[in-house]
Amino acid sequence: MQVGDRANVDKGPSPSGGEVRFPGSDGSSVPFEVYSSKEIYDLEQERIFRGPTWNYLALEAELPEPGDFKSTFVGDTPVVVTRTQEGEFAAWVNRCAHRGAIVCREKRGNAKSHACIYHQWSYNAHGDLEGVPFRRGVQGVAGMPESFDLKQNGLRKLRVASYKGLLFASFSDEVAPLTDYLGERMLPGIDRIFHKPIEFLGATRQYIHGNWKLYMENVRDGYHASLLHTFHATFNLVRSNQKARVIGDTSDLHTCGDLFITPDPSGASDYKDIATFKDKLSLEYPQIVENRQEFEELVANHLQCIFPQLVIMQIQNVLAVRQVLPKAPDEFELIFHFFGYADDSPEMRRHRVTQMNLVGAAGLISMEDGTAIELVQDGIKSGPQGHSIALMGLEAAEEDQERVPMAENHIRRFWRGYQRLMGF
Amino acid sequence: MKLHFELTELQTGYIAAIDDERFEDWPNFFTPDGNYEIIPRENFVQGLPAGLMHCFGQTMMRDRVVSMREANVYHAHTYRHFVSGLEILSQTADEVATRSNYLVMRTVNELNADVFQVGRYEDIVVRTDAGWRYKSKRAIYENARVDTLLVIPV
Repeated sequence: MQVGDRANVDKGPSPSGGEVRFPGSDGSSVPFEVYSSKEIYDLEQERIFRGPTWNYLALEAELPEPGDFKSTFVGDTPVVVTRTQEGEFAAWVNRCAHRGAIVCREKRGNAKSHACIYHQWSYNAHGDLEGVPFRRGVQGVAGMPESFDLKQNGLRKLRVASYKGLLFASFSDEVAPLTDYLGERMLPGIDRIFHKPIEFLGATRQYIHGNWKLYMENVRDGYHASLLHTFHATFNLVRSNQKARVIGDTSDLHTCGDLFITPDPSGASDYKDIATFKDKLSLEYPQIVENRQEFEELVANHLQCIFPQLVIMQIQNVLAVRQVLPKAPDEFELIFHFFGYADDSPEMRRHRVTQMNLVGAAGLISMEDGTAIELVQDGIKSGPQGHSIALMGLEAAEEDQERVPMAENHIRRFWRGYQRLMGF
Repeated sequence: MKLHFELTELQTGYIAAIDDERFEDWPNFFTPDGNYEIIPRENFVQGLPAGLMHCFGQTMMRDRVVSMREANVYHAHTYRHFVSGLEILSQTADEVATRSNYLVMRTVNELNADVFQVGRYEDIVVRTDAGWRYKSKRAIYENARVDTLLVIPV
């Protein structure tokens, strides 16, 4: 990365008041300023992350005991998710009702109550205010007003819902119930991955100097996969005509893409014209990509994007949910939460850990994504106004788009949903 | 004293191979079935296995190097390791457990350097016919956010 250049980042031309004009409504053209404008970033926090969406918080398996908590974010708003003493889940904005300080300063832990260090205002796991020091003053003098009501001064609570052990939160009272929000086209993919109890295996974090939407496009972009990530091609492991099924939901928000393992009668001929293909290399340890079938369908690669900031992933036998946390117009954190199944043998767990090499910040098949996103951010941050285009498959029939992973229809779908929510 | 010197020699050779970009030599510092892992401390303290790199045996290390050379795409960059505090935790005649600190500066395109990773090595070193080799090396890093990507082993 041109690390040193970041200090001089020109945020690019910003439209007044965060309003922006998309050239069309089909999602095929995206003005560059949506990736760099602070005004638009702030509007996204309001209209998307604090708007009518469900944001992924945690796996229930991360919070197995009453009192377990985790600090995370909805958009860039700090939020804590807890398992209450009753075993339910609660989430609240991590901002003290008194002076606005961060209340919970640990990433994870277990606690019956959460006290702000500044003045020791303390809250229970639900976010209710339980204690205010010197509420009656010192020697009965200079306390809080008689009218001060603890009940009216709790932490800002979010709605919490879970589906198959995935915990989501929403600021919105209007958003549809979680299962309706996910939609019937998305549920089977989640049901398959979460068909039995899981075991949390840990998280890894990647910090990328680009706009969060570049990542949400990247995970919906089947076009780049074999062209940017050449691991499979280099080691003769996959072909671009693999059978695929890439479907969207009816609200133009989510996408679910599966690549199926298919026999290879033609001998990798589809790669003959691609410069990255090397026909002499092979892996010394091919088990790193071996699929041990654990689902009815033989899926090599499952990437399911739940708007706005969740990706559910199965690549061979490595399972993870990726959480995208925007930090600034040109920065986001990407957290991989890895898991296996509770009934995995030690050997199967070892196999999953082996395949973690494929994904994440050092992923053999994924490490290039951060660089590609930063190249876009660096390319568009200054200079004349312009827009990106996503036209692959634009004129293809819907059924063809669903079986050809090369298309860009799911990028267009993302932008249609985005434009609708943002009012652009 | 002699043992400490020999372990320091092993570590100096290891970091020099990486910093000098002699990546093909990197697996040779391990036994054939040696393990190499890079794990964030936040997982390590919870007893969770997930990390950035998990090479079980030299075959996986060599695959990693071939991938780095032939398949993966990234900006040109180099590491400079700073290690300190090599401590012997336990020893038998042919096996030693050690711990040491590491700091890796990453320089991109020979322009700017940043602290890329800071942590500690927890190593099991064994005596072989060819000298001391790592039977297990775990790099446990404290700055959990990996800047953009990690290509080169630490």
